[in-house]
Amino acid sequence: MSDNNNHFDKNDNGNGKNSFQERFNATRFLKIQDWNLMRLFLITVGIFIVMSLLMPTKFPRVLNFQSMGFQMSEIGILGIAMALAMITGGIDLSLNSVANLTGILCSVILTRLAGPNVAEPQVGLAVFLAIVIGLAVGIVCGLLNGFLIAYVGIPAMLATLGSMTLFTGFAFVITKGTGFFGIEAFQKIGNGYVAGIPIPLIIFAAVAVIMIVVMNNSSFGLKLYLLGSNPKASIFSGIDNKKVLLRTYALSGMLAALAGIVILGRTNSANPDYGASYVLQALLIAVLGGVNVNGGFGKILGLVLAVFSLQFLSTGLNMLLFRSPGANFFKMFSWGALIILFMIINVVSERRKQRASIKKPKPA
Amino acid sequence: MKKFLRTNEFYVAIILILLCVFIGIKSPIFFSLQNVFDLLRSSITMGIFAMGTLIVIVSGGFDVSFTAIAISSMYITIKILFAINYEGSFLVAMIISAVIGLLMGLINASIIGFFRIPTLIATLGTQSLFHGFLLFFIGSKYINNVPDGMLRFSRSNLITTVTPSGAITGLQSGILILVAIVVIVYLLLKYTMIGRNIYALGGSREAAERAGINVIRTQFFIYGFVGMLAGIGGIIHGAHYKQGNPFDLVGTELNTIAAVVLGGALVTGGRGTVLGTLLGVALVVVMNNSLILIGVPSEWQKVVLGIILIIGTGIPAYQNMQAARRVKANLAE
Repeated sequence: MSDNNNHFDKNDNGNGKNSFQERFNATRFLKIQDWNLMRLFLITVGIFIVMSLLMPTKFPRVLNFQSMGFQMSEIGILGIAMALAMITGGIDLSLNSVANLTGILCSVILTRLAGPNVAEPQVGLAVFLAIVIGLAVGIVCGLLNGFLIAYVGIPAMLATLGSMTLFTGFAFVITKGTGFFGIEAFQKIGNGYVAGIPIPLIIFAAVAVIMIVVMNNSSFGLKLYLLGSNPKASIFSGIDNKKVLLRTYALSGMLAALAGIVILGRTNSANPDYGASYVLQALLIAVLGGVNVNGGFGKILGLVLAVFSLQFLSTGLNMLLFRSPGANFFKMFSWGALIILFMIINVVSERRKQRASIKKPKPA
Repeated sequence: MKKFLRTNEFYVAIILILLCVFIGIKSPIFFSLQNVFDLLRSSITMGIFAMGTLIVIVSGGFDVSFTAIAISSMYITIKILFAINYEGSFLVAMIISAVIGLLMGLINASIIGFFRIPTLIATLGTQSLFHGFLLFFIGSKYINNVPDGMLRFSRSNLITTVTPSGAITGLQSGILILVAIVVIVYLLLKYTMIGRNIYALGGSREAAERAGINVIRTQFFIYGFVGMLAGIGGIIHGAHYKQGNPFDLVGTELNTIAAVVLGGALVTGGRGTVLGTLLGVALVVVMNNSLILIGVPSEWQKVVLGIILIIGTGIPAYQNMQAARRVKANLAE
């Protein structure tokens, strides 16, 4: 079967077939995943140790951990949203615009309902309403993406490119290009602590735990992996692919909205073009976390490790380079280098694995 | 003729004509020579980028790094020219910029060709890599003038006319470069071996390999060529704006991709024409510059662009899906 040689060919059904067989070889599957996670875990610990040795008085400090906790939560949530889309074999470029649109709508609701001279209960109600409506907006945006991808048949990249332009456009229409602000009560979500742990980090942890359970133990998770690794097989096993896609993008949109809420709480401002590089970062985290760009593979736990390692790296670099101008630009450079390096490592190790499996004599 | 009526180009042309007529009726300034010259001028760089993007999309790939390449080659070229105090012809600036672009394109090509990394991920990575490299290692300062050669080029016009109000306007000579590139890309895709290889690669990589096409060599040509075009487009952009802004362009790559896709290029590869791409560019340029003439407030323009993008990609995608279903139904009978 020469199909197996074209493992990276996007048009190739052999790819799916191959992964499908792998999935049923449960022990082998587990071993591969474990090895990926192990490697990632070692990288994370390695970066942590190196940074701690380089800056023993600054890096391994509670204060630093808290500030890193604030920074990594938003991008971690967006990364999980991106991973969901990628596991189905798609991509979601609109995440950032959904987050910004949500932040803007929330800030409109908050400033209208809970102005300066408003009693406490109404402020609470406004916060509650803002969160509920914000998440609903994310779901609606995600449903539009899912509809365009599953029912109209637009490739995920283009559909989310178009919807990204649309959502950013709406954000511009509402704000007329300026920034909007939140209210004080809402800032707790982004800047508060519970028992010394930043609230955004708690939200991120909750999302991660829920998604790990959903992906591993629910039928939805199983369908998602099956759809991503072989859409044809998934149809023939009685799964409604379109419905699964619709739900996945809705979920991904809701997570993007959650990130938008956290961003509004942390920065106390929302504008249409905040964090334009977040999409790239979310993609980087997903790829680094071991999510296969062709779909079908990827563990949320890997993604969490990737978020930690990237945060350690960028905070460490910022501390090391704080004297030289443009530490941010170096971060950009190093992230670009990292994504390429990691993809190359993945490809090379995959090839070696394949070569090894070809050499092995097949049982008669 | 009947066949032409069913092509994508035909639909895009109809939409473009309707849009132009509609804008022209609402605001007669639209058809004034000055406005037409302005539109043509602003379509020069996008047109050049679109030709590169067309080649990549036809080959079944995606390149989002060309804006970073363009801005980097432009900025580095301006720095070099200032450093050696060169005040000669624009041609030299263009060649330097094209070579820098070519080198960056070859970096893309080696990552994509040797390691078979999905093109979107690879070029997203190199976009960040190139732009980060430029800003950190080369410079992040805004240069508010350009060498004399570029200045002379930006002021040179092919045709000049005097508007009724007395101002002199003209057709910027960069349009010649665009025309030359369009002709080259047209001939390349239509009449050369490498052009047919690009279509074959986009149609089916496996089939192309089995037909004996050297895929890696073809990819090196594609991404190198696209990098070179980005370098040329970048330096023209710098000349037009008479400045070297290292934060410019990056982030606008989706506009160009949208233009190419609206022009009928199939994102899964194998299909796309130069004529369609030009129409797509014209559509996006007219929308970006002229919606304000008919009273669409500037903040609504992105919404309109998004809707047109979704409809423009949705109709062919839906038709494809229906066609695939029909084939399946026929097979089942």
